[in-house]
Amino acid sequence: MLRLDNVTAGYGTTACLKGVTLFVQAGEIVTLLGANGAGKSTTLLAISGLVRLSRGAIALNGARIDGLPPEAIAGRGVGHVPEGRRVFPRLTVLENLQLGAYLRGDQAGVAHDLAWVFELFPLLRDRRRQLAGTLSGGEQQMLAMGRGLMGRPALLLLDEPSLGLAPKLVQVVFDVIRRIHQAGTTVLLVEQNARLALAIAHRGYILEAGAIALADTAPALADNPRVKAAYLGG
Amino acid sequence: MGLTSSILMSPFHLLLQQLANGFTIGAIYALIALGYTMVYGVIQLINFAHGEVFMVGAYLALTALLILGVAQPLTGVALAGVLTACVALAVGGCGMLGWGIERLAYRPLRRAPRLTALITAIGVSFFLQNAVMLLYGATDRRFPAFIPARRWEWGGTSLTLLQVVIWLTSGVLMVALQMLVTSTKLGKAMRATAQDPNACRLLGIPVDRIIALTFALGSGFAAVGGMLFGLYYNTVNFHDGYLTGLKAFTAAVLGGIGNIPGAMVGGLVLGILEGLGAGYLSSQWKNVFAFVVLVGLLVFKPTGLLGERVADRA
Repeated sequence: MLRLDNVTAGYGTTACLKGVTLFVQAGEIVTLLGANGAGKSTTLLAISGLVRLSRGAIALNGARIDGLPPEAIAGRGVGHVPEGRRVFPRLTVLENLQLGAYLRGDQAGVAHDLAWVFELFPLLRDRRRQLAGTLSGGEQQMLAMGRGLMGRPALLLLDEPSLGLAPKLVQVVFDVIRRIHQAGTTVLLVEQNARLALAIAHRGYILEAGAIALADTAPALADNPRVKAAYLGG
Repeated sequence: MGLTSSILMSPFHLLLQQLANGFTIGAIYALIALGYTMVYGVIQLINFAHGEVFMVGAYLALTALLILGVAQPLTGVALAGVLTACVALAVGGCGMLGWGIERLAYRPLRRAPRLTALITAIGVSFFLQNAVMLLYGATDRRFPAFIPARRWEWGGTSLTLLQVVIWLTSGVLMVALQMLVTSTKLGKAMRATAQDPNACRLLGIPVDRIIALTFALGSGFAAVGGMLFGLYYNTVNFHDGYLTGLKAFTAAVLGGIGNIPGAMVGGLVLGILEGLGAGYLSSQWKNVFAFVVLVGLLVFKPTGLLGERVADRA
């Protein structure tokens, strides 16, 4: 479904990604792990078109998407829940969700998905008239995920969805990722909680200093001594 | 409406008269101020060419009148037709002009320092002023009064049909804009773009188009303001955009730049201050009041009457 070939990209003249190659097949949950600054978020931003490639190629369902503007890539079914939530603080919860469905014309489908998002995150229903900026961090994460789902993406990019959340909320978020996947969405998950990410994913990649250091199935990565030492706390 | 003409009025009716006059010009300032504040709200840019867009709007309305050969007040179907033609040409033309200014002058500079865009705005202003001067001449052009000269008097206070038309037009447009910004998809996208353009892009919102539409919309409001201005003062001149634009900008700052209801309130307050100043002090000083207000605000309350920069607040 998604293929990155030798992707080199960065900000200004410094390259954060130095030849990243990876793929995601339809129906998979793939996780991208790595230390801070390894280039995980940059990889997702490159896929979404917010970071330009200096070399390499990104293809979605066989067609090149690198070089397209971000809004066109979103239009091709790539949803991106960015790092730090990035909800619109001075819009209501409902307005945030409605904007997630900006590209869609099927009112009935949008209404159906709104009901589904409210079912996944009942709290958002209760707070739908509240300004997003007044929500707690965890609630904003739920809103960001709900907003991402409102576009009904075929591929959902999730950037650190558990960052800064209380353990109970982390569980909620991972349950929801499972349900999103069961509903037919392919997921590329960037996480700092490697243990949970590997428990939910089919395959994983380890990114080190802007390049893929390891690629394997999730259970194999979880058993790998190097991964254990570096990312799973020994 | 200077002191001489109002000497026979009671103080109460004089006050009423100045309020009515101030409210009228304030309604026009408010229409123009909306364009400044909307653009600032979305991309934090003061479009100093906006006053010129207003002036072009007045000239486009004049062009429609010249083409149709209108020279005197009309009634009934003819009035409705001429009004529609004026609005269509002025709003359509200025909408495209605003769109074009954004595309050609500002979009290439989106990542440049603020000062660059400001200098560009001044360049666009000169260009538009001179283009209009070359096309229509440097002298005042008479703006045919095609609204019937109906007038109501009450104890010395008089109110014209034109004033009522200006109030109603501005009022309807402001309510419509408020509804657009609060409840439509475009309005929500505008507010979201103001808050986080990159997050918008990830949702598929075409940020560049939203920004261009914001320019077009603000320019359309200025165009209506231009037509009403021409009708109210009966003449237009190629440098009318400068002073009036600066006053409308003052109105936008007065209300809190970026705040749409603020621009409406700011326009009306400024118009009324000017009306009172012209009536009780001297009409020759009326421009001074506007800029005393601007300087005073920048010193004492730069966030304006309605508080903080609330670019995205409806």
